[in-house]
Amino acid sequence: MNDTSRGKPLPTPSAESRPYWEGLQQHRLSLQRCASCKKPRHYPRPMCDACFSLEGEWFEASGKGTVHSWMVSHHAFHPGFAGDVPYVLITVDLDVGVRMVAPLVENDASQLTLGLAVELDYNDVSTAVTLPRFRIHE
Amino acid sequence: MTTLCDRAAVTGAGETPYRRGTDKSALQLTLEASLAAIVDAGLTPKDIDGIIAYAGGAVVAEDLMTNFGSRDFRFSATTPMGGASAVAALQCAAMAVSTGVATHVLIPLGRDGYSGSRIGSRIGQMPQFKIAAEFEAPVGANAPAQYYAPMARRHMELYGTTREQFAEVAVTMRRHAMLNDNALMQHPMTVEDHHASRLIADPFRLFDCCLESDGGAAVVVSAADRARDMPRAPIFLSGMGVGHPDSPSTITQRPDLTRLGLAKAAPRAFEMAGVIHDDIDVAEIYDCFTYTVICQLEDLGFCAKGEGGPFVEDGRIGLDGALPTNTHGGLLSQAHVAGLNHVVELVRQLRGDGGARQVDDAEVGLVTGYGDLGDGSIAIMHR
Repeated sequence: MNDTSRGKPLPTPSAESRPYWEGLQQHRLSLQRCASCKKPRHYPRPMCDACFSLEGEWFEASGKGTVHSWMVSHHAFHPGFAGDVPYVLITVDLDVGVRMVAPLVENDASQLTLGLAVELDYNDVSTAVTLPRFRIHE
Repeated sequence: MTTLCDRAAVTGAGETPYRRGTDKSALQLTLEASLAAIVDAGLTPKDIDGIIAYAGGAVVAEDLMTNFGSRDFRFSATTPMGGASAVAALQCAAMAVSTGVATHVLIPLGRDGYSGSRIGSRIGQMPQFKIAAEFEAPVGANAPAQYYAPMARRHMELYGTTREQFAEVAVTMRRHAMLNDNALMQHPMTVEDHHASRLIADPFRLFDCCLESDGGAAVVVSAADRARDMPRAPIFLSGMGVGHPDSPSTITQRPDLTRLGLAKAAPRAFEMAGVIHDDIDVAEIYDCFTYTVICQLEDLGFCAKGEGGPFVEDGRIGLDGALPTNTHGGLLSQAHVAGLNHVVELVRQLRGDGGARQVDDAEVGLVTGYGDLGDGSIAIMHR
């Protein structure tokens, strides 16, 4: 994890996860799945937990999903987020069957309910890094 | 099949005074608590031949061996489950002493969690958090309060669990702490005080969160047949278990956010001990957050999933309730020694040494640990 001028922790992609982060940079949701049985998995890892194949592949997934849970941070446990509090993070059930956690663009938890439809959006924090975020689906 | 039931006992327990502010190192605090436990067991440091140091802590087994001048250590292990480590270590120690691998195993834990590094800065370096560090820290999940808040929120939305029920846990722990001279928090807390405390990671307010503190605790575990000849009445380890939740390295991908590793460990421990829930006279439950107590009461089987909120109402977890819980004040109001203070307290209660907070006729009790991203551990003990 590196600190940049933004003062926030940034992801350090591994060989395993690089296609995910490169996908976000290109404003695509690139997720991993088993090359053998095609079960999607996230976060990226070497083995399929359904068939134990060590062969993975990448596919372009829909960024649509629904709210599984959320939290509102009023305290910055990392100094890089001191200017952001309070901020809403939502846990999303993607339609493809895995979850993501990311900020809610509207940053208003009063609108949230379990199952609320949301859609992935892209936050270009630098020329090198794009982070996920979600918007409430109109 | 031979099980571990009653084949080992806690024969010594000790702790330092708890403080918020110290110039002592984690090693000094560890040694101070260790010596208290060893003396309590009627032993000297040279009698200790096994050690389970806290995984990821500042102190390693060799530090204790060096300070003890030990020449013949026979057993060293760690139980890397974060806050579940201390109780998991009881099972590990019982395995070692009941098989003759070691005679007296020390489980020590000292930390300068208040004066030294805080959890928000420690956690990023821990290997068990590496997935969270890559995928969740960059979007703003950097500390346990932020990782666990979505579990609590999901529980509230699914089951109607309320902040009043969270407050009931916090207020009860505080009331117990005020009966304990070695508890940090000595001023009364009301439900209104809880609600007025500042939001940290909604739904968690400040008074839903455990303390950071400086101090140490330690216990000695010995084989049951030897324990009977030692000075203190042995507190037998009758049922133990550990468990990991599904998706143990990230809460986000967990099929059921509200089910912890303890849900797998608890049935194993109850079966090993041969007791039922009604037999439990006192419970020391790892309370890093108020919600964590409610969730563990469900995962322990004291009530069904979703009923933990109503369970803590009406004084049920108070000293005069059906299940006196965290009689020492817990991590919320006594101190944070990663739950080894819960082990020490259960031993005290079962010895009848609880003083003003003693549960009447406490014969059987349990202690749990909760660690990292939902790991669980449990030990059932009796006098």
